[in-house]
Amino acid sequence: MIANVKNKAVIVGIGNTTFSKDSGVSELSLAVQAVKAAIDDAGLKPSDIDGMATFTMDTNDEIEVARALGVGELTFYGRSHYGGGAATSCLHQATMAISTGMAETVVVYRALNGRSGHRFSGGVAGDITTADAIHWGWYMPYGLLTPASWVAMFTQRWMHNTGVTKDALFEVAHSTRVYGANNPAAFFHGRNFDRAEYDAARMIADPLQLFDCCQESDGGSAVIVTTPERARDLKQPGVSVLGVAQCAADNQEQMTSFYREEFAGIPEMETAAKNVYAMSGLCVDDIDAAVIYDAFSPIVLWQLEAWGFCGYGESGDFVKDGALRTNGRLPTNTHGGQLSEAYIHGVNGIVEATRLVRGTSANQPKKAVNHALVTSGVGIPTGGAILGKMN
Amino acid sequence: MTTDEQKAIESEIYAFVGQQVYPPTPAADDVNDAMIRQWAEIMGDTNPAYLDKDWAASSSREGTIAPPAMMYVWGQEGFQVTKGRAPNAMSNLVSTFDSYGYTGVLGTNVKQEYFKEVSPGDNITIEMIIDNISERKATGRGTGYFFETLSTFTDQHGEKIGTQRFKVLKFIPQEQPATAAPEGKLDVPSRIASPRGHDNKWWWEACDNGKVLIQRCDNCGALRHPPRPMCGECNSMEWDSIESTLDGEVLSHTEIHHPKIPGYQYPLVCAVIKLAEGTNLVANIVGCSPSEVQIGMKVKGVVEQIDEKTMLPQFYPAQSGRNP
Repeated sequence: MIANVKNKAVIVGIGNTTFSKDSGVSELSLAVQAVKAAIDDAGLKPSDIDGMATFTMDTNDEIEVARALGVGELTFYGRSHYGGGAATSCLHQATMAISTGMAETVVVYRALNGRSGHRFSGGVAGDITTADAIHWGWYMPYGLLTPASWVAMFTQRWMHNTGVTKDALFEVAHSTRVYGANNPAAFFHGRNFDRAEYDAARMIADPLQLFDCCQESDGGSAVIVTTPERARDLKQPGVSVLGVAQCAADNQEQMTSFYREEFAGIPEMETAAKNVYAMSGLCVDDIDAAVIYDAFSPIVLWQLEAWGFCGYGESGDFVKDGALRTNGRLPTNTHGGQLSEAYIHGVNGIVEATRLVRGTSANQPKKAVNHALVTSGVGIPTGGAILGKMN
Repeated sequence: MTTDEQKAIESEIYAFVGQQVYPPTPAADDVNDAMIRQWAEIMGDTNPAYLDKDWAASSSREGTIAPPAMMYVWGQEGFQVTKGRAPNAMSNLVSTFDSYGYTGVLGTNVKQEYFKEVSPGDNITIEMIIDNISERKATGRGTGYFFETLSTFTDQHGEKIGTQRFKVLKFIPQEQPATAAPEGKLDVPSRIASPRGHDNKWWWEACDNGKVLIQRCDNCGALRHPPRPMCGECNSMEWDSIESTLDGEVLSHTEIHHPKIPGYQYPLVCAVIKLAEGTNLVANIVGCSPSEVQIGMKVKGVVEQIDEKTMLPQFYPAQSGRNP
């Protein structure tokens, strides 16, 4: 098989910074200077960039480069591993993204203080001041240093804006655990859980209590993906990816996007949802069941809104009507979610969404599941996919 | 310590707040050249404004002045102190602390402010009060309370020339494990510091010096926080900064309950604060009970020393009267 990419990606701009042995500036500064030079060479503007590809060894996060340049929204960011072997791999990533329409204009970059900063010749040791470490530095000294505390900060404001109460958080925590109690593989299997236990549990970071938080687990999950042609010859019924998208929205930080005009929201997931619907030709009414990333109970609510199951602030009423339960509008996290099955960084969710389409969930809804939604974690650059029966 | 014991000591010590340690007392000697010369010699200060009468006469001041930092010197009691002092509010406060086991003492910092210069022949009057006593704090040295005295200095015309704040930690000494004190240095947990690189070092250094700065684009004037090397509005890499007044409003908040991290003091409230200048800042809310913190609440910040290694902006409810 030959990839169909011929003539579908073209280099249109190049840029270098000054080369030296002591730049006197950050690696991030070098990265944005090089990217800006290439953008200028091409006659483009930063907002024309919607994709980025770099090395995993690069210390300059795409979202940091994007914010520094004022790029705005990114719909593709791909990293290539293995040191210098990544050089043409980054071009390969960009080419794939462009030929598939995941992005229109991708910048490949790499920037390092390889002499004055961390020297490869010095071996893999020593202090490295990365943009990521500096980012956490704005929060660590104050004690805001756990995922629960970051999500709590968003939750507090979102509840204030919308009037949604802990009744809705409890409904997510409870409906999910009812599923978990009936899943032999779940940590919560066979366990009872009620409002009294939820309310009595200790506070973690106000307003999040223990049962608003997911498990911490040892384990692994995997899915095999192949072509439709090959899939037709295999043992299991095929489950197609009908649409898949990733997005880092404007002014994105990792878990701490507190600098937006209104930060009680997940615009990155709204964009991912819009794009998945467009790719798949489906709309919200076509979704029969869902696996929604649930590191914490409130983030399920925000995602229901982002995917259009209800409007902003309406997810509380949506779930309190029983929507997430087995006979509801959108049976959700039928494996027990990460709240009560296990926390395998969402890959166990892809397994469960596949089961829902196959019809083999431990809590399979009575209705036909033609299309299942599965999502990634939020508060960070995120995404999602719609899976469906292979034709 | 039980809640009852805490109530008992607090009812006693907080009664000292506002009490006079020394009533307004004129210094025994006027400001004089001999004392200035000796002080400058010991400090290694050769400023002619203090020492050179001819030079000073031709300067805009038309005469020598006393080093402002000498302000506290003029009221010192001298040799008679060796015979002991009469009890006063501060010695009574210290005795009260000692009686409850808070025998440890650590002078943490002195802060002087100067309003007016003085010259030989002027006479300084000093008044000292116990200005404030903190809530009970779990510090690396042990549990205790910070108390702060406020000395006010006036000249013979009754004009204020300066103030001095002196902060002391009275604490229950902890037994330090032998391994924790190599070469006499205590390994006290402090808050986790930010790493410092090219793009943020200047901000944290300003914070160390008591200021919260906001990066400003030199080209288009846009403010940005956290700092970044390029302006997202116009792509200029030229920037300067402005100092925030630290007037703010709470956009969101959370009280951190679990896990509790060594080096942090609980209860601990973190908040996103919209500064009057327009940028947002994450910091702690202090000076009120965590349950009093609300979205939309007006706050006023001050950069404070949190532990031996950490200076951070801390925000108090505005108009609470408790913010420094």
